[in-house]
Amino acid sequence: MKLDTSGLESTSPFFGSGDELCPELLAAPSFALPLSTDFDEFQKDTKATLKHAKGTTTLAFIFKEGVMVAADSRASMGGYISSQSVKKIIEINPYMLGTMAGGAADCQFWHRNLGIKCRLHELANKRRISVTGASKLLANILYSYRGMGLSVGTMIAGWDETGPGLYYVDSEGGRLKGTRFSVGSGSPYAYGVLDSGLTCLLKKLRSWLEELFIMQHSEMQPVVVLQAFIMWDQMDGRSCLVMMLESFTTIIIQSRPVRWSKKWLKSQGHN
Amino acid sequence: MTKQHPAWSPYDNNGGTCVAIAGADYCVTAADTRMSTGYSILSRDYSKIIKLADKCVMASSGFQADVKALQKLLAARHLIYQHQHNKQMSCPAMGQLLSNTLYYKRFFPYYSFNVLGGLDNEGKGCVYTYDAVGSYERVGYSSQGSGSTLIMPFLDNQLKSPSPLLLPAQDAVTPLSEAEAVDLVKTCFASATERDIYTGDKLEIVVLNKDGIHREYMELRKD
Repeated sequence: MKLDTSGLESTSPFFGSGDELCPELLAAPSFALPLSTDFDEFQKDTKATLKHAKGTTTLAFIFKEGVMVAADSRASMGGYISSQSVKKIIEINPYMLGTMAGGAADCQFWHRNLGIKCRLHELANKRRISVTGASKLLANILYSYRGMGLSVGTMIAGWDETGPGLYYVDSEGGRLKGTRFSVGSGSPYAYGVLDSGLTCLLKKLRSWLEELFIMQHSEMQPVVVLQAFIMWDQMDGRSCLVMMLESFTTIIIQSRPVRWSKKWLKSQGHN
Repeated sequence: MTKQHPAWSPYDNNGGTCVAIAGADYCVTAADTRMSTGYSILSRDYSKIIKLADKCVMASSGFQADVKALQKLLAARHLIYQHQHNKQMSCPAMGQLLSNTLYYKRFFPYYSFNVLGGLDNEGKGCVYTYDAVGSYERVGYSSQGSGSTLIMPFLDNQLKSPSPLLLPAQDAVTPLSEAEAVDLVKTCFASATERDIYTGDKLEIVVLNKDGIHREYMELRKD
């Protein structure tokens, strides 16, 4: 079984040169594979035993001013909530964001790795990498690990010379360019709101953006979208973080705890 | 054809619970000292806490053989770092190193549930919590291991820190004093011991502050 370890190459320069006293320690890292006859069964068993952190709703869409990215912050391991404050929007570099859905460790590691590759590209080519390029890099690496049990459902959102860009990349090797995506266990609910309400969202967003700096009074539509479907999906919750990419800079718009809207509560009969 | 389940598994669960709490200028890390396998106790006096650097302490529960291997690897990497950079590793750096080390074994994971406790570069307490394959997060407090599902809700109740995602950024460390935090930890373990068979015997508490490392022990129920 041959693995693409190009994703790990960048660490080899840090190791000492030619010293053979402890070759295993100083060798460039590679993925250790178990010596089992049935790899898939072993992976399934480890997953069941170790219950990696996952469970999520994330969404992103392109609109006139840029790209909006939003995500919840709960991580679950089996039925247990392991964390209520996971950062699922990962800054790959100051003008590119990635979202985390699926395996938390997989997403964290490969996004960090992608950030390294993007920086190397910048240094080698004296210009920033495009969102197309960055998403392709990630998709190719994930494709080489296809079938090994990685669980990554991510959106690469960024701003490059052609304007805002949004790609969906997953661990099966799929890569899609689009204008709006939602990923995770809560994504069906998100799509419902996103697909039906988008035109009115955009109108509200434009007027909201005019009051960009009076944040405390603004009713964040993506927050409302997220909150609406957080109520339906058990797997997410606690707080939602919304970040926006606007012409090469990232702005954190809103980050606040999920709470039931008064109108909805009243409609349910609570006071 | 029926599925064949392997007769031998490379993993075993040695039980145990670890807790870490970050304060304004200290960090408390604690773990019980019971090592078990199945329904038997292997040792009543096995330490799960290791000092990785001057300002960094790690507590791990799970499969102790994997924990031992992980500790050895981290200690070796820390030594190389010290030779190359002429200084000790900071706790955030060690946090990232541990995450990467765990992820390099993504397809044959270390069965080890870790919490890293220490002081960051500003001298504030920091706690990093991990899952088995390296996903990590800086938090104000955490617990891992067999008793974590019993202890975590209690810590949430006592120490609920604002989410690090909120704006404006708020401190995740607890306002409790060092003595109060140690007391809280003792209470946690005393209760967890009552209801978790894998936790008990003795509690080892390691406190890290600007004066250095201080260790203390407390007896727990032995049944």
